[in-house]
Amino acid sequence: MLQPLLFMVIVAVASLTAFRSFRRIYRNIHLGKPEAIVGDVTTRLKNVLLVAFGQKKMFKQWLPAVLHLFIYVAFVITQIELGGIFIDGITGNHRVLASYLGGIYTVIIGFIEVLSVLALVATITFLARRNLLKIPRFIKPELDGWPRLDANLILFGEIILIVGIFCMNGADVVLQKIQPDHYPDTGFLAISGWLGPFLFGGLSEGTLVAIERFGWWLHLLTVLAFVNYLPYSKHLHIMLAFPNVYLSRLKPRGEMDNMPVIMNEVKSMMGLVEESENTTDGAEMPEFGAKDVFDLSWKTILEAYTCTECGRCTEACPANITGKKLSPRKIMMDIRDRAEEIGQRIEVNHTPFINPEKGGDTLTAENYADGKSLFDYISREEIHACTTCNACVEACPVMINPVVPILELRRYEILTEAAGPHEWVPMFTSVENSGAVWQMPVARDAWTQEV
Amino acid sequence: MQIPVLAELVAEGKSPEILFWVGCAGSFDNRAQKVTRAFCKILHEAGISYAILGNEEHCTGEAARRAGNEFVFQMAALQNIQVLEGYDIKKIVTACPHCFNTLKNDYPALGGHYEVLHHTQLIQQLFLQGRLRLKEGGSFKGKRITYHDSCYLGRVNGVYEIPRAILAELDAELVEMKRSKSNGLCCGAGGAQMFKEDEPGDKRINIERTEEVLSTNAHMIAANCPFCITMLQDGIKFKEKQDDVIVKDLAELVAERL
Ligand code: SF4
Ligand code: SF4
Repeated sequence: MLQPLLFMVIVAVASLTAFRSFRRIYRNIHLGKPEAIVGDVTTRLKNVLLVAFGQKKMFKQWLPAVLHLFIYVAFVITQIELGGIFIDGITGNHRVLASYLGGIYTVIIGFIEVLSVLALVATITFLARRNLLKIPRFIKPELDGWPRLDANLILFGEIILIVGIFCMNGADVVLQKIQPDHYPDTGFLAISGWLGPFLFGGLSEGTLVAIERFGWWLHLLTVLAFVNYLPYSKHLHIMLAFPNVYLSRLKPRGEMDNMPVIMNEVKSMMGLVEESENTTDGAEMPEFGAKDVFDLSWKTILEAYTCTECGRCTEACPANITGKKLSPRKIMMDIRDRAEEIGQRIEVNHTPFINPEKGGDTLTAENYADGKSLFDYISREEIHACTTCNACVEACPVMINPVVPILELRRYEILTEAAGPHEWVPMFTSVENSGAVWQMPVARDAWTQEV
Repeated sequence: MQIPVLAELVAEGKSPEILFWVGCAGSFDNRAQKVTRAFCKILHEAGISYAILGNEEHCTGEAARRAGNEFVFQMAALQNIQVLEGYDIKKIVTACPHCFNTLKNDYPALGGHYEVLHHTQLIQQLFLQGRLRLKEGGSFKGKRITYHDSCYLGRVNGVYEIPRAILAELDAELVEMKRSKSNGLCCGAGGAQMFKEDEPGDKRINIERTEEVLSTNAHMIAANCPFCITMLQDGIKFKEKQDDVIVKDLAELVAERL
């Protein structure tokens, strides 16, 4: 009776803490501006099927794609076994599913075991790629510190999980021969069927029971720890990749979001609309573009939380390749870090950050002012280096678009601060005054005279 | 060759089938003007009824928008949309992928809806319709040509095969660079970089791309964008290879064979 109770308490506590973290992330994403999700459902579902489930974009680099697929499929399939653990955990039974499912159980668990071995191979290869082979996209400065540790921790976590599975199944197989009443026949399991007797054969009954229980709890606790760890990790993508891909923008890549306020302002300047239609009364000049996460679309913040920090974008970025500071991965990581920072302050109601001009007793997204902005994370040099080539967008396996926030930051700099690279000013003036990107001494049609 | 100007045609009661949007580079840049003329030659040879806006054309505002200056963009765009509306323009062709993209993707939200073609798309259509006949014995035999995908025609608008089909039409021996099609490397000009110095780094993007060009041992780079042409030519000059490698727009390659 003790074990089911302990099980339920642990699961309840772990679920509660995880729920709190996920709620915080949900709120942080909604620090962003509302953006309607438009476009047809069929295309979105197709994207989810191909890009999220099918990992289509991963297969541009087949080796990491195949290895990643092993871990991913193993992880998804293992949840079936976890289901069994939950049923047993609550009821205090042992492998009830085995008795109900019979042969199917043998096949499923055998399949999980084979995939776990493949996942182990993949995990070790990944650890080597990150730490020994030093693949360029894994040694960029934005990964220093926590991001690099995070990537390695999760790989070790995967190894622990697999150890748990094989302790549990391996000892079980041996115990089935000794105590058939307590340990229902699972049939011959693909790996444990021989690995179990090989490793644990001949051990005392007590030791076997201990190993089996150790594996069982290790599996469960690793998964619960993992769920609680996700909110702090790039591995959040295993959950968010699906909504993120579903919600990813279907507009043409070449279309920049229109700014209706400016459009209407210019229209009224040009006499294209009645003055009364113009809503800005000049009393307070609105801020344009983005200087903080509040000004970005919530969709962009969702993307930041979805980012796997894989660096495929940065690897393809012409600015980064040629040694500029810009790294699209870093842009996404910075947005997440900033959203986290703000979200945590709001969660603990850090009242010194209440903007006295806006007032209020509790810190909210509306009155938040800590004297910082996204520009404390992302330098001007970075956003100025982007060629809008969309290589990052093309490369991202989970359909993140780093160009959108980069251009929103540029808009803030130019429109709200009237700053930005001074070399651009002649181009702006020229387009405005003479209708061409260069100030030219000749008419636009002068070339026709020489044909 | 007389270049038809829309206002004059309209005054004569004619309405051309398609508007040729020349763009700032095509109008003012010496190198790009050659592409403009080559494309006009193609249109004449194919017997297309077309016209340019001439002095009524205004910068599309593309670079200003990508630099972040929405005011300047909106002023330019709304002015153009007004002119285009005045002439009831439905179909536009342009030899600049930046004009192409902005007319096609940015203008609709401002009320400008047109069918927009990049000149390579129109040229390909003309080949398919049998409206362009090439002279025999081209100068491409035995020449290695590589093709540079511009970002705004390629990755941004997904046009990869049409320019290659034109090269096949010309019997050119195409040698692809390692980074091509959706993995193509930018020339470094987009996003208004054309109008400023590079940010600090190890090298300029056009040099990186030029090195890749040179590694193919191609005699010629076929391009489709006036800014790419400038960037690649600068790169070739920097590497002192201007006697070995030339940069040409696809329209020039076609026009040479008409
Ligand atoms: S669009 Fe900008 S950030 Fe993305 S790859 Fe190109 S230069 Fe880099
Ligand atoms: S934005 Fe996409 S490609 Fe870039 S690091 Fe994140 S997940 Fe990888």
